[in-house]
Amino acid sequence: MSKYTEDDLREELKTKQYEYGFYTDIESETFPVGLNEDIVKAISKKKEEPEWMTQWRLEAFRIWQAMEEPDWANVNYEKPDFQAIAYYSAPVAVDPNKTLDDVDPDLLAMYKKLGISVGEQKRMNNIAMDVVVDSVSVATTFKKTLAEKGILFMSISEAIKEHPELVKKYLGSVVPQKDNFYAALNSAVFSDGSFCYIPKGVKCPMELSTYFRINQAGTGQFERTLVIADQGSYVSYLEGCTAPSRDENQLHAAVVELIALDDAEIKYSTVQNWFPGNAQGKGGVYNFVTKRGLCETNAKISWTQVETGSAVTWKYPSCVLKGNNSVGEFYSIAVTNNYQQADTGTKMIHLGKNTKSTIISKGISAGKSQNSYRGLVQVNARAENARNFSQCDSLLMGNECGAHTFPYIETKNKSAQIEHEATTSKIGEDQIFYCNQRGIDTEKAIALIVNGFSKEVLNKLPMEFAVEAQKLLEISLEGSVG
Amino acid sequence: MLLIKDLHASVEGKEILKGINLEVNAGEVHAIMGPNGSGKSTLASVIAGKEDYEVEKGDIILDNQNLDELAAEERAHKGIFLSFQYPVEIPGVSVTNFIKTAINETRKAKGLKDMPAKDMLKMIREKAELLEIDRKFLSRSLNEGFSGGEKKRNEIFQMAMLEPKLAILDETDSGLDIDALRIVANGVNKLKSKTNAVVVITHYQRLLDYIVPDFVHVLYNGKIVKSGGKELAHQLEEKGYDWIKQEANA
Repeated sequence: MSKYTEDDLREELKTKQYEYGFYTDIESETFPVGLNEDIVKAISKKKEEPEWMTQWRLEAFRIWQAMEEPDWANVNYEKPDFQAIAYYSAPVAVDPNKTLDDVDPDLLAMYKKLGISVGEQKRMNNIAMDVVVDSVSVATTFKKTLAEKGILFMSISEAIKEHPELVKKYLGSVVPQKDNFYAALNSAVFSDGSFCYIPKGVKCPMELSTYFRINQAGTGQFERTLVIADQGSYVSYLEGCTAPSRDENQLHAAVVELIALDDAEIKYSTVQNWFPGNAQGKGGVYNFVTKRGLCETNAKISWTQVETGSAVTWKYPSCVLKGNNSVGEFYSIAVTNNYQQADTGTKMIHLGKNTKSTIISKGISAGKSQNSYRGLVQVNARAENARNFSQCDSLLMGNECGAHTFPYIETKNKSAQIEHEATTSKIGEDQIFYCNQRGIDTEKAIALIVNGFSKEVLNKLPMEFAVEAQKLLEISLEGSVG
Repeated sequence: MLLIKDLHASVEGKEILKGINLEVNAGEVHAIMGPNGSGKSTLASVIAGKEDYEVEKGDIILDNQNLDELAAEERAHKGIFLSFQYPVEIPGVSVTNFIKTAINETRKAKGLKDMPAKDMLKMIREKAELLEIDRKFLSRSLNEGFSGGEKKRNEIFQMAMLEPKLAILDETDSGLDIDALRIVANGVNKLKSKTNAVVVITHYQRLLDYIVPDFVHVLYNGKIVKSGGKELAHQLEEKGYDWIKQEANA
């Protein structure tokens, strides 16, 4: 029979290369491998940082040295050799005064391949982009428009120089250096990242977006993002990632801190598509990220993430609901295929009165992958009338993958109302046949079923991102029903 | 239109269909009746191209084309429609979105562009009215939390939208109260034309009072053991299947 069976499909997809797996040859300046105080100082010097910043890094480095790598997550991998990593790599000849026209044409070509041509984005999408390639901001657009509103949107390195008072006050205020192993490492060696400040009462008129990309072989990347929404302000921030394929595992340990002051709102959306490793589980990015937001009175922070990439993911975007009436939300789709492992979820820490949190987590596992949801809802003694609703749904494809849910609930206040719902389902052959019978082929049927499953979360993404995310889900799961 | 010749089919090594012969012409309504386990639903699935079923021998020919080489979706594109006995749920996918996808995928297979949204809406409105389907129903997740009657009505709604050449209704009457049965049967009758055909698979004669067949076939033990006009259905209703079994086993 010439019928195109699922086996054929699977076979074909095994040979399908990672879509964004190309490597752009850009001259780079890379530090020697290894990590010690001299390297930390050198990074700081290279970036012409003030002394307080150098000290802050060194403090973090000393803390990190005394820490051990955590192993409580439901993931197995070979621990990275931190002395075998180069901690700084920047495309050569970057000049902050350069315009887009001056940018390395190879780099621009790379964006084009990724479909994120800066110029195009600029014109068509009304998105201000701070593009990060290997740690250093290359092109920043829309700065003027934002400046008129008093909005600061720049690389964290620039911010350290230009707005030290803000950076000093808030850097490490939500994720302290000693928070965890990877956060400490990041604090010591972060190379670049984004900084954003929205002044009092200002609604940011556009979605802010940053693209991160690991480019140099064997280079760990340690971004640092700091978003501050002053009283009564609003900002929607988008972050999207792709990475070229590499045989060695690449470490990615970012820290994102959000601060929403009284009555402010931050919406932070991520589409993560780091290289997940090949079909045999070789290669892929280790994604160990600390993301946390602090809500003051009446403030709101909403995390939305679509996680399809990385070989190993360890990530819990969290909200500290410090102020009364503050609101935290977490909407997540995590897809794992082949040998990918994800341990992801959130922490909602209720400190203030009448605080509310919502958690919607959708895990999709295929191939031989393992997908875990880990979430903590904590209600402290003073948090009167705290409310939480959690929903964790898992979708399994095939018989060799796993879905796990680890919900932790700690409450010290009797007035708390906490609801937790969880479901696990499997894409059935009957569902596929039903679609086939209506003229929908298997590939499209899976996309349809997965999109239906993920709809509640996809709906939370900004429009232009939702379409991209939907596509990404389809690519990630191609040929995974067995 | 449809020609089935000496069809043998098995599932998990067990032979279920043991030499089926059937010819259905355009404009005809055929009823396939038979006791439980006689192979009625298997026949429907085999025609539709379900993968679990292995065709050991024989041919299924639609409009002079052998279907053997075609996957289920390709058969659907050729105009085969199966109204499922147990329609599956697809959470988060609305009735409208599902049928839109089905229609556009079918059009794509024929080299046509997507149906313009305006035409799609118009068609949905017309067909929903035909089957007395409430507008709100169309935005619900496919079959999720549907009553038995709603599921079957939704199947016939999809049939109305896809306008198949050959519609196979597998136990469409099961789980229906008399009102729902009337609505579904009316829908099917209105969709009948000189260019399409309907195969009704049913255990009971009840549905055949509403959808009147031109031919009735009795399936027993994987074979068609008796064929006749609509009066055969009445006979079965009166006398049950035992006499057929005896005849067949004799």
